[in-house]
Amino acid sequence: MVDASAVGRVGEPFTLDVERGKIREFARATHSQNPAYLQAEDPVVPPTFLTTAFFWQSGASDPWEAVAMDQRKGLHAEQEFVFHGPPPRAGTRLTGRSRIESVTRKEGRRGTLTFAVMVTDFHDEAGNLVATAKLTGVETA
Amino acid sequence: MTSFTVGPLTRTDLVRYQGASGDFNPIHHDEEFARAAGMKAPLSLGMLQAGLMATWATDRYGAQNVRSFRVRFAAQVFPGDTVTCDGTLVRRYTAEDGSPLLDLELTCTTQDGTVAVYGWATFAADLAASDGDAA
Repeated sequence: MVDASAVGRVGEPFTLDVERGKIREFARATHSQNPAYLQAEDPVVPPTFLTTAFFWQSGASDPWEAVAMDQRKGLHAEQEFVFHGPPPRAGTRLTGRSRIESVTRKEGRRGTLTFAVMVTDFHDEAGNLVATAKLTGVETA
Repeated sequence: MTSFTVGPLTRTDLVRYQGASGDFNPIHHDEEFARAAGMKAPLSLGMLQAGLMATWATDRYGAQNVRSFRVRFAAQVFPGDTVTCDGTLVRRYTAEDGSPLLDLELTCTTQDGTVAVYGWATFAADLAASDGDAA
């Protein structure tokens, strides 16, 4: 059962070093043969690469745990990445910080659906906002 | 414009994506766990399909040009399925700061025509990287 009191919960900052090898690995795993990822000396990240925050975000930096979505009924409903300029390149050190933006309920044909949204902002070392990720999870009745 | 077909997807495709992304949910690789969760087999990752859609889009509009990428997951995909990513350029416009942008609508469809993932993307318009597709 989703805990609506998780709204507003903010995680501790976490570090995501954008690494060349990780970009190449991710590009291959998504069947890309684009030299912009596989050959460039300082490749940009693929559009969905910041999902690799999975590796670096846990415990106090992951407020999603407070949502307490039932894993047997929880689904990834939507995902969005916004880049506030060109995507970050290998060699960039990003600081990510996540917050629980909303919990909303909607009546569906088969009962109540509960949507939870987590927003993660990524800043570079100069403090510029580089990217924003938005995860929407849904728990079915 | 040419679509991008991948498949049939294998368990190895799923595992390789899990290793790359860091999402190690066992429902995507552990046969027993997946069956206990009511699946016929390990379920593919929505984010793998999203990644394939991103591959299609960045091949056409340039890796450095992506400005936003959003997906909504609509149907499950399993190993053995063949998925096709495609998209349409729906809008060319100028942002408030004067930079030219393109909006795309994307789909990832399984072999029976079911749309598994819907997507929306915005790219900076870079004529050099475009394949000349008309709006």
